[in-house]
Amino acid sequence: MGNGTQLGKVRGLGAAGGGIVHHWWVQRVTAVANLFLVLWFVLSLVRLPSLDYGSTILWLRQPLVAVPMCLLIVTVFWHFRLGVQVMLEDYLHGSKRVIAMLALNFYTFALAALALFSVLKVALGTAA
Amino acid sequence: MASRPIAPPPRPLSPHLTIWKWRVHMAVSILNRVTGHALAFGAVLIFAWWLAALASGPEYFRFYQSIVVSPFGALVGIGLTWAMFMHMGMGIRHFIMDAGEGFDLVTSRRTAWAAIIFGVIATALLWGIILLGKGL
Repeated sequence: MGNGTQLGKVRGLGAAGGGIVHHWWVQRVTAVANLFLVLWFVLSLVRLPSLDYGSTILWLRQPLVAVPMCLLIVTVFWHFRLGVQVMLEDYLHGSKRVIAMLALNFYTFALAALALFSVLKVALGTAA
Repeated sequence: MASRPIAPPPRPLSPHLTIWKWRVHMAVSILNRVTGHALAFGAVLIFAWWLAALASGPEYFRFYQSIVVSPFGALVGIGLTWAMFMHMGMGIRHFIMDAGEGFDLVTSRRTAWAAIIFGVIATALLWGIILLGKGL
């Protein structure tokens, strides 16, 4: 609650109880992570001899590939989930916004689960 | 004599895209949101499908490739790559502005153009490597 000054008393007591600052900050943190992880991902794919099934699987199976891939999935999905939320808050109101936010959450979590499970299945699975 | 109640004048609306004169700073701001959403609902979907196809085995992966690897697929790929590099460039510009720098008109215009040029050149480079280097 701050140190008793007027500013201290209201700090973090906005409409979202401080959630806005957290939203803004996490979007920046995930943006920095995305910058490095997406560059790593693109350069890694370019350096692969071929993008066919065999060479991609061999690549994805390595721990130092599977782990950054899982991190990339988390940061990319988290980042776009926050970005789309801002768009929905700008353009939709009332019950439409609630439904759209629910749909966004389902979309994000279902697809993230699929992506993470797929990486783990390839990385932890026995060699085919 | 009772005068008819006058309807209150309509509330002023915030000016939108149709009102403002187009400037490059405005274009990158709008493009940042547009490309972000293209990535969220386009690239992310294909990315997750690619991973699921890899996890499903060679047979399903061939089916995935038969749809994705095509002239139309390359066109979508180039578009989404451009969206990704644009979003990346404009995101870096955003970091600079989040730090409180680059708000004066000249710098703001320069960084906006730099983000656009970065997006185009990086896309051309990457697809040049893909198409000329080793094919799809």
